Amino acid sequence: MLFTPVFSCYRTVQFSYEGESIVGIAEFFQHLMNGLTLGGIYALIALGYTMVYGILKFINFAHGDVLMVGAYVGLFLFDLFRGSSPLGLWTIIAFFIAMIISMAFSALLGMFIERVAYKPLRKATRLAPLLSAIGVSFILSNSAAWMFGTHSRKFNYPFDNTPLHLGDVVITPHQVLILVVSLAMMIILKLFIDRTRMGKAMRATSLDQGTAMLMGINVNRIISLTFAIGSALAAVGGILIALDFKVYATMGTMTGLKAFVAAVVGGIGNISGAMFGGILLGLLETFGVAIFGIPTGLKDTIAFGVLIIILLVKPEGLFGKVEKEKV
Amino acid sequence: MFNFFLLILIYSGIYALMALGQNIITGYGGMLSLTQAGFFAIGSYATAILTTRFGWSFWGTLPVAFLLSALFGLLIGLPTLRLKGDYLAIATLGFGEIVRNVLNNWDSLTNGPMGIQKIPMPILFGYTINPYKKYAFLIMIFIFVLIAYLLFQRLARSRMGRALTAVREDEIAAQAMGINITKYKVYAFILGASVAGIAGSLQATFTLSVTPGTYTFMVSVMVLCMVVLGGMGNFKASILGAFIIQLISYFPQLTGLSGSIPAQFQQILFGLILVVMMIWRPQGILGRETRRYGGAAGNGKGGAQ
Amino acid sequence: MILLETEALTRAYGGVIAVNKVDFSVEGGLITGLIGPNGAGKTTLFNNITGLDTPSSGKVLFNQKDITGFPAHTICRMGIARTFQNIRLFKELTVVENVMIGRHFKTGKSETKGRFFNAINSYIRLKAEEEQIYERASDWLDFFDMGSMKNELAKNLPYGRQRELEIARALATDPKLLFLDEPAAGMNPQETDHLMATIRKIRDLGITIVLIEHDMKLVMNICDTITVLNYGQKLAQGTPRQIKHDPSVIEAYLGKEEE
Repeated sequence: MLFTPVFSCYRTVQFSYEGESIVGIAEFFQHLMNGLTLGGIYALIALGYTMVYGILKFINFAHGDVLMVGAYVGLFLFDLFRGSSPLGLWTIIAFFIAMIISMAFSALLGMFIERVAYKPLRKATRLAPLLSAIGVSFILSNSAAWMFGTHSRKFNYPFDNTPLHLGDVVITPHQVLILVVSLAMMIILKLFIDRTRMGKAMRATSLDQGTAMLMGINVNRIISLTFAIGSALAAVGGILIALDFKVYATMGTMTGLKAFVAAVVGGIGNISGAMFGGILLGLLETFGVAIFGIPTGLKDTIAFGVLIIILLVKPEGLFGKVEKEKV
Repeated sequence: MFNFFLLILIYSGIYALMALGQNIITGYGGMLSLTQAGFFAIGSYATAILTTRFGWSFWGTLPVAFLLSALFGLLIGLPTLRLKGDYLAIATLGFGEIVRNVLNNWDSLTNGPMGIQKIPMPILFGYTINPYKKYAFLIMIFIFVLIAYLLFQRLARSRMGRALTAVREDEIAAQAMGINITKYKVYAFILGASVAGIAGSLQATFTLSVTPGTYTFMVSVMVLCMVVLGGMGNFKASILGAFIIQLISYFPQLTGLSGSIPAQFQQILFGLILVVMMIWRPQGILGRETRRYGGAAGNGKGGAQ
Repeated sequence: MILLETEALTRAYGGVIAVNKVDFSVEGGLITGLIGPNGAGKTTLFNNITGLDTPSSGKVLFNQKDITGFPAHTICRMGIARTFQNIRLFKELTVVENVMIGRHFKTGKSETKGRFFNAINSYIRLKAEEEQIYERASDWLDFFDMGSMKNELAKNLPYGRQRELEIARALATDPKLLFLDEPAAGMNPQETDHLMATIRKIRDLGITIVLIEHDMKLVMNICDTITVLNYGQKLAQGTPRQIKHDPSVIEAYLGKEEE
C-alpha cells in the first residue's frame, strides 16, 4: 500500500540495559551515536532543500523523491557490481562506485526536473512552482512503484556488519560508514561553497539574483548547479538511509518532510543551519523515544511538533535572517 | 455499466465538496493546503464512530463532522497561517499524515487498520437512502453540493471574497486597507476544512465502512488536481474538475482495461496534470471567475452582476 | 490642532538606526511634506506610523491616543490611509474592485452579523450592500476621472493612472489622514501638475495629507509645512520658505561648500 507510515520503525534503539530508570553514561553514548547517524542523514537531505530555497525561494517537494531514485540506482548498481563476490575490499569499492554513479544520475535528474518543471515558472505566481513540484513528486514516486513494485528491498551491506562493542556501547560498522560519509560530504560542500569561485557565485545568486546577473554570473547555470549538488547529496542520503532501513517507492515522502523540518529549524537558506538542524532533529527523535518515553508510533510527530514550535517561536529558524519584505 | 457511471457521479459529488473547500483556500486565498484528506478522515470517522458506537443517526453526526473538522482547521491554521505560504503546505501535509497515523494506532476508538464497518444508512422521513440504489443517494449528494456551491459562491461575491482575494494579491496592501489578514485566512481555512468534513461524513455513509487506508495523501493531491484543472478561483470549475478527475480515476474500469493499465497510471497522470497545467494553462480549463460591475449589461445602477 | 505626532520615535535594525528619536508632528487640515536624501528614514517613519513596522522605542499619538505598535489594519480603521512608494495595487483585480476593497471595513459590521451561516436568506441584503460599496467606489473613481476604466485590470493601467488608483483606493477608507509615499515618482511634468491639483482637491475635502516627495517643485508648491530628515534624525521643520533657506538643509542636500 502506498504512503504507509513505514518510517516509524526506522531504527530500533539497541538497549544494553533494560528497565533501568537512570540513563547510564554508556546508554547515553549509545543514543548519541544513533542520533548522530540519523541526524547526519537528515542534514544531507536538508542541504538540498535549503540550497534551492536560498536561490529560488520555493520548497522543492520533489527532493524527497530524488532521494528515493538515488537509493534505487545505488541498490541496483551495487548488486550488479558486486555479483557474487564475497564481502571484502572489492565490495566496499563497489559500494562507493555505485554511490558515485548514483550521485551523478540524481544530479542529472535534479537538473532535468528544474529545467522542465520549474524553470518555465520562474516568473509565475508563487503557487505555481509549488504545485508543479508536487506533481513531479507524484510522478516520480508512482513511476518507481510501477517499475520496481511496491515491496521494499534490502540494501545489502558492503561489509561484515557484526556490531562492535566499545565497552557497553554497541556500534555497527554501517553506522560508522554513515557518519563518515555524511560528515565528509558536508565538509566538501562547505569548502566548495566557501572557497571556490562557483561557490561564491552561488552565494551571490542567493543574495541577489539581479545583481549577480549584472556581475556576469550565469544565473541559470548556478541554479542548475544548485539542483545538481542538492540532488547528488540527496542520493547519498537515500543510500545511507537504505543501509539503515530499506528501499521502497515512497521512502522519500516522510524522510523528505523531516529533512525539510531540519532545514527550517536551522534557518531555511542557511547551509550550516541545515547541517545543525539535521543533527539536532536526529538527536531529538532518538532521545525523544529513548529517554523521554515518546511512543515509537508517535515518533514521526516529534518532527512536526518541532516544526510548529519553531514556526511559532522563531520562524526564521535558529540561524536564519529575518526576511522583511521591503515596503 | 450505467450503474458504474452513477457511482462515478456520486464520487464526483463527494470530491466536489472537498474541491469547493480547497478552492476557497487555494483558489481564493492563495494558500497551498495539502490536508483535505485529513479533514475528510475526521468527518468520516466522526460519522462512523457516532453511528456505530453511540447509535446516533447519520443526520445527527453531520453537524459534529462539520464542527470537528472546523475546529481542527482552526487548530492547524492559527499557528501556521501567520507565516509564509510555503510553510503551510508542509505543516498541512504533516497534519494529514498525523491524522492517519492516529486512526491507524488508536485501536480502542478507531479499531486501527481494520476500520469500522456496518455504518447505518441515512434515513430521511422514514425513507432509507440506500447506497446500493444509487439514485436516491446521488440526489442527496448533489443537494449537498448545490448548497455548498451556492453558499461559497455568495461568500466569494461578498466583501469576504473580495478581502480574501486582496490577501492573495498583496498581503501588505490588504493590511493597509484595513483588512485583518490573519482573520480572513483562518476563515477560509475553516470553511475549506468543514466542507471536507461533511464530504467525509457522506463518504462514510455511502461506503458503509471506513478504513484509514482511504485517507491518504493521494486524496489531498487529487482534490488539489481538481481545483487546478478546473481553474483556481472558480467554484463551477472545481465541480467540473472533480468530475473529470473521477472519470480519469475510473477510466481503466470504465473501459475494461484495468488488467492492462498499471495501478499507478492515475497517480502518474495526476502528477502530469499538475505540472502540465502550471506550465501551459495555469488558469485551468475555465479560468478565474471575473466580475464586471456597472457597464452596459448592468442594471444601470451598478451592483454585482 | 495636532492630528498626529511621534515622540522620540526610533527604529533600529540591528546596529543600523533608520529612524533616530524623531519628533514629527502633523497639523490637521494641512499638507505636510517629509523630505530628505535617500536613506534618510522617511519611508521607515511612514511604516512605523502606519503599523507595517513596529518602532524600537518612542510613541505614535493619533488624536492624542497612543497607537504605537497597533496592527496595520487597526490603524487604517482609525482613519490613517496610505499609498506605497513601489505601487502595491491588487494587480489581477479590476480598477473598481481595487477601490471596493478600500470600502471593506466600512461595511459588513453589525447589520450583517451572522451572514456567515445565513448566506441564503441574506440575498437581498448582500445585494444592497454590494451596490452601496460599488456606488462609493464609483464616486471616488469619478473624482479621479477614471469612471470609464472601472473594469480594466489594475495592472493594465498606465503608470500615472496606477498611482492615482492607489490614492483612490486609500481615500475609499474615508481617512482623516492620508500618507502618500512619493506620489509623483515616475510621472512626467504634466502628470505631476495634474497630481498637485488633485492633492489640493483632497485637502479641500478636509483630509490631512503627509507626503514624501523628491520633486522639490511639487513639495515647495503645495506643502504648508515641511519636515526634513537626514540620517534618521529630524534636521529641520518649517514653512517651505524657511526650509529653502535653512543652511543645515542646504548642506544636507548639496554638501558643505568649503573643503
